Amino acid sequence: MSGIDLVLAALQSLRANIMRSILTALGMIIGVAAVITMVAIGAGAQAGIQSVIDSIGANMLIVSPASSRSRGAAQGAGTRQSLTWADANSIGAQIQGVEAVAPSVRKTVQIIFGNANWRATAEGVTQEYFTARGWEIGTGRGFEEFEVTGGGKVAVLGATVAENLFPGQSPVGEVVRIDRVPFEVVGTLKAKGQSSFGQDQDDVLFVPLKAAQQRLVGQSTPDAVQTIYVLAKTPALVSVVEREIEEMLRDRHGIAPGDSDDFRIRNISEIFEARAESSRVMALLLAAVASVSLLVGGIGIMNIMLVSVTERTREIGVRMAVGARRRDVLAQFLIEALALSLIGGAIGIALGVVSSQITAGLADWPLRLDSSAIVLAFGFSAAVGIFFGYYPARKAARLDPIEALRYE
Amino acid sequence: MSAPVAQTIDLCKDYRVGPSVVHALADASVTIDSGESVAVMGPSGSGKTTFMNLLGCLDTPTSGRYLFEGTEVSSLGPDQLAIVRNQRIGFVFQSFNLLPRITALDNVALPLAYGRYRRSERRRIAAAALEEVGLAERMNHTPVQLSGGQQQRVAIARALVGDPSIILADEPTGALDTRTGIEIMNLLQQLNARGITIVLVTHEPEIARFARRVIHFRDGHIQSDESQEALGAMSQAPPDAADTADAVRALG
Ligand SMILES: Nc1ncnc2c1ncn2[C@@H]1O[C@H](COP(=O)(O)OP(=O)(O)OP(=O)(O)O)[C@@H](O)[C@H]1O
Ligand SMILES: [Mg+2]
Repeated sequence: MSGIDLVLAALQSLRANIMRSILTALGMIIGVAAVITMVAIGAGAQAGIQSVIDSIGANMLIVSPASSRSRGAAQGAGTRQSLTWADANSIGAQIQGVEAVAPSVRKTVQIIFGNANWRATAEGVTQEYFTARGWEIGTGRGFEEFEVTGGGKVAVLGATVAENLFPGQSPVGEVVRIDRVPFEVVGTLKAKGQSSFGQDQDDVLFVPLKAAQQRLVGQSTPDAVQTIYVLAKTPALVSVVEREIEEMLRDRHGIAPGDSDDFRIRNISEIFEARAESSRVMALLLAAVASVSLLVGGIGIMNIMLVSVTERTREIGVRMAVGARRRDVLAQFLIEALALSLIGGAIGIALGVVSSQITAGLADWPLRLDSSAIVLAFGFSAAVGIFFGYYPARKAARLDPIEALRYE
Repeated sequence: MSAPVAQTIDLCKDYRVGPSVVHALADASVTIDSGESVAVMGPSGSGKTTFMNLLGCLDTPTSGRYLFEGTEVSSLGPDQLAIVRNQRIGFVFQSFNLLPRITALDNVALPLAYGRYRRSERRRIAAAALEEVGLAERMNHTPVQLSGGQQQRVAIARALVGDPSIILADEPTGALDTRTGIEIMNLLQQLNARGITIVLVTHEPEIARFARRVIHFRDGHIQSDESQEALGAMSQAPPDAADTADAVRALG
């Protein structure tokens, strides 16, 4: 029998038991849909992380205080006030491969203008921060040197903050109250948009570091900063710079050899490792679900094909009597199983595209669906069909023609 | 003189059932020449079906030799046997054995699907065979839409379609009433007149009368093997050929 004949015969026999075929294919449909969703989410998360790393810069180092211990219990990262502005300055002045240094403090604040008010993150920064983190001034200006060091009460607003406090109006020159302290708005920033993880990056405002330290963040060490962003000149220099910063800070903080650091240096890829890890776990979970349902789907196909072989024993006998060879019978049942799994796979792919879109929408996961996932899913369906269809097909092919003809 | 269509020499078939052995066929030596019509008779369980299955290359003997058209059948593998069945042998069964879900035409074309024929060619040959058995108008009916006699005609068309040298019919009229059975026999006789060898199993002497040779089995042994004056023998026109044509038209 030619290929076309076999396919037509397979489809005809599947149609003869349409309900049974649909129910059998359901296992494959669910399995393949899970595979598609898994791959889309996994690839999306990976791509999201990569784009964050790319946008921030792979040569970024982040220095923060180590978690402090009080009575033996770790208090969480950044609870110590061990880093100072002076530390940042000496990193910038003394370490060779450093392009830019940007110390910062951060606080969630209430901003009031007239009767509009808004909550956002305020960050105390130096002018260098904007270049280091890729912010561009939209309107007005950034900070002057004297404002940064002198604690000038000026502010630069992120696009979201500006829009919410000053709808359809330029904020430059206006005075806002940040946690009840009056600040003059001197500029706004160009919008960066959403991060790959769906956060609004523009819901921020910036004030000079000194002003933030003195007026917004109440802290015991007046000169303390929460984070020092260090931009190495090239990605290759990151590890060298990291080592030098560690040596220098240990020296400055007077840490004895053998004692642990009171600060922590991370690079961007390290930070997102955790996120990559969680998306890997998610993908692994889905992979487990997918392989279990593909397995169940495959067993369903095997089961139905065994039933079908038994039901059609007499047909097999007739076919053999009129000249079907074993391989003809094998091909017939194998192609039937394959048709079942591939149709299930095709429906599963369609369903998987829809379901990954919905998952991505609901969970704010970035999504990436490429043709390789679809090819993979299709290949999986074919493999399942052949693997689980082979045994019943072989059983059919090995029937004794006389026994088969006599079968009631 | 060409080789006989089928020649068995001391053919035996034993079945082992638990501790005992059933000698379904014992030392059967039969030579069937091309163009013969043979009726196989005998009481139930005497080995007729066993003998037919061996002739049809569906079964393998326990001992003895079987030459089909001069070829030692035991030397053929399963695939070669399938090709022999496909191209040289036609089967007609008591219970018709048509595939229930496909049309008469597709049923008839089934053997051709396992040969080297194009789709269009298959349909043409199958349609011609259906026409020959008088069912040209029922081509697109499925078996359940046909009477028993019509189903058996479809089965004969299927046996005929591969241009076999022999048609083996195990009780072809067993499921039919006498009148329809005689119509089927007339049809088989027409095929025999065309030169196709026919071997049929029957319990009914009226049916056996259509054959020119009758072999009687008893307990797996050949009891007798005799020629007879056949009813409407192949050498002359069947006396009731006109009746057959009428009956065929009535059925169609
Ligand atoms: N598969 C089998 N296993 C065991 N014994 C068998 C088998 N097939 C046939 N037999 C035995 O072989 C003997 C011959 O059987 P066979 O079917 O050839 O008889 P038959 O002449 O065709 O009978 P009937 O007229 O009833 O069709 C019987 O005794 C039967 O019980
Ligand atoms: Mg019998």
